[in-house]
Amino acid sequence: MSKTDHQVHPSDHGHGHDHEMNFWSKYIFPLDHKMIGLQYLWTGLFMALVGGFFAYVFRMQLAFPGESVPGFGHVSPASYNALITNHGTIMIFWVAMPMLVAAFGNILIPLMIGCDDMVFPRLNRLSYQIFFISTVLLFVGFFVPGGAFGGAWTSYPPLSARAEYNLTPWGASIWLLAVALEIVAFLLGGINFITTTMNSRAPGMKMMDIPIVVWMINIAVVLFMFSVGPLVAGAVMLLFDQTIGTSFFVPSGGGDPVLWQHLFWFFGHPEVYVILLPEMGIVAEIITVFSRKKLFGYKMIVYTTFMVGILSMIVWAHHQFIAGIDPRMASIFSFTTILISIPIAVIFFAYIATLYGGSIEFKVPMLWALGMIAEFLLGGVTGIYLGASALDVYFHDNTFVVAHFHYTLIPVVFFGGFAGITYWYPKMFGKMMSETLGKLHFWGTTIFFNGIFIPLFFLGLAGQHRRIYDYRNFPDLAGMQDLRIFATMCLIGLLISQIPFIINFVRSIKNGEDAGKNPWKANTLEWITASPPPHGNFAEMPTVYRGPYEYSVPGRKEDFWPQNQPS
Amino acid sequence: MSPIATTRSATGIPTGRLAVWWVIISEIVIFGGLVTCYLLMRLGNPEWAEYASHTSTPAGALNTLVLLTSSLFVVIAHNAAEHDHDGAKAFKFLWMCIALGGVFLCVKAFEYTTEIHHGFTITKNVFWSFYFIATGLHGLHVIAGMVIMAIISFDVKKGKNFQRVELIGAYWHFVDIVWIFLFPLLYIAK
Ligand code: HEM
Ligand SMILES: [Cu+2]
Repeated sequence: MSKTDHQVHPSDHGHGHDHEMNFWSKYIFPLDHKMIGLQYLWTGLFMALVGGFFAYVFRMQLAFPGESVPGFGHVSPASYNALITNHGTIMIFWVAMPMLVAAFGNILIPLMIGCDDMVFPRLNRLSYQIFFISTVLLFVGFFVPGGAFGGAWTSYPPLSARAEYNLTPWGASIWLLAVALEIVAFLLGGINFITTTMNSRAPGMKMMDIPIVVWMINIAVVLFMFSVGPLVAGAVMLLFDQTIGTSFFVPSGGGDPVLWQHLFWFFGHPEVYVILLPEMGIVAEIITVFSRKKLFGYKMIVYTTFMVGILSMIVWAHHQFIAGIDPRMASIFSFTTILISIPIAVIFFAYIATLYGGSIEFKVPMLWALGMIAEFLLGGVTGIYLGASALDVYFHDNTFVVAHFHYTLIPVVFFGGFAGITYWYPKMFGKMMSETLGKLHFWGTTIFFNGIFIPLFFLGLAGQHRRIYDYRNFPDLAGMQDLRIFATMCLIGLLISQIPFIINFVRSIKNGEDAGKNPWKANTLEWITASPPPHGNFAEMPTVYRGPYEYSVPGRKEDFWPQNQPS
Repeated sequence: MSPIATTRSATGIPTGRLAVWWVIISEIVIFGGLVTCYLLMRLGNPEWAEYASHTSTPAGALNTLVLLTSSLFVVIAHNAAEHDHDGAKAFKFLWMCIALGGVFLCVKAFEYTTEIHHGFTITKNVFWSFYFIATGLHGLHVIAGMVIMAIISFDVKKGKNFQRVELIGAYWHFVDIVWIFLFPLLYIAK
């Protein structure tokens, strides 16, 4: 790839020559995988604030319908829809994907497999730049005539296909274009992840010596690629429906709106696993380190993860149980949906077996990891109800389903994300975060998170539909307003609980205790180099002698055994 | 100095080849999605046979021939670069391939104009929407392939980066194969 590359930036990989680079080539247009990873991380965290703010606004509308929302003003039905739509879109595509897949993938893969960068640094930079443009475009959508798209993140046609129906002549297309660009960015990024992991491992690192998180990120990226292709085709078709009046998805012109649902959910369901897997990897790294035990069933976890990936691609129609699907088809999809809980459960049991009998240290990253395991359980169990097509007919499209998917997504995205950030923070910035602020953040988030969504299960069971602007219009739903207010108050508590994190994050960069190379006494390769790692990552390129989870090996003085240490 | 990462090959497969296969597979799933949609709707709409009868099978057949020949030229160029290290010959055959790509596009443009002239536009009905989007997307891939091939050809002429002929070749074959699917689906099956 890069002959010319390095004529242009001769200093890039001369180790330790950071000071020769100016601000622009170091922070704005970097080629270094760690810096690109951080760019994804900043963008992801910023967008989490935006998505969180949207949630605050629309939840305030639900709690106090019609009243002006502090910090936003009056919420019209149209802006309510736009906020919900973009909240979902942002959380999935602009928070979960950049944070869990792109940021951790970029920062961790070269470091953990022991090489100095990605195999295509310039492509890596390009992928972030496209992602950045897509981010700007998403915001542009709010300021065009007609306002932002409000047809839900699933963007079902015909509503989404015709401006006459959705009243957003520009917003819908800009939204779609932004999402499409974002997908392109991640497809490009994926090339780097896969080829780097396959080809650039340190000498001696066999396939089964690769840390589990690197495995999982790669499996996630492959899963993403296979599932998203048809949606890209569908997005092109939908864009043409919107802009020049074709009728792929519009029944009056001979099209089929349910076709879009297939394309969307063929991607949309595996997407849940695309963001779940990296996070399961993060959790696995953390629980072995903080229980000082070998990861239970490493190989089995890898194979099982492949199974999860494959199975996740044949469950999508459980999102269509109420779309007039043939009941025989429905029972097949019910079966596969419930089947997938088996491999997932296997992985979780392997984690629990890892914890069993370990000498557990409740440091902040470990709290997040354990919190994730506990909270995800509730999401997983309620998923089994929804997988049963007969039950789903009732639950679908009420807030039971909203509570269910937030019980899977928030543990994955936020608990997993915070676990990863607090665990690798010392490596990224060379400093330790404060444990006290971290614990405050953890407990605040956990308590208020449950406070928001447990009421939604009950509201859903009582028949409260999702995506409704004002429940006072429905006599049956008008009651239970107290529960809605309670959930909204907990949301405000949740947002406030993020303040200790922000303070902790920013302050520790300057004022934190020095972390040293290996503060957690972990085995994987990123911990053998300086914190933060210099350009080129390692002063001396490592050679690998063993797997990543040799903790508390009987007969050794130390309870850890770095991968690069000759016996 | 390039990153060490770029020179390692733990699998023994060159990194460039892995990357091109990644691109090809992700394109296969995109075209795969489009073609599957077309098939599903086509099976549900027997009257599309009548619409399809207005596409020009001879023009499509001619273009199939053109693309297959161009693929042959890429193979020859690859052979020249890889085995004979003959940059000049590879350059020549790459440009013959590009020229055939140009012929393909001309035929396509001619087809488009006659079709539109007869009122078969992209919004006429869903069959024609598929027709224009599928062939248009494919045409864009042809153009992209031609541009990349041209860039590579100049390096090759100077004796540099011979391995890239194989990479663009793989991509060109892929574009070719997409056409092999589109041709029967849009032109022959009436
Ligand atoms: C900050 C905490 C969050 C709160 C309070 C919250 C609240 C809500 C509510 C009340 C709805 C749906 C309302 C309705 O359908 O009427 C919603 C929708 C949604 N949320 Fe969240 N959410 C939060 C975080 C997240 C996260 C982390 C994700 C994913 C990573 C997420 C993904 C979604 C999605 C995909 C939708 C569906 C949007 C749609 O219907 O178009 N949310 N959220
Ligand atoms: Cu699903």
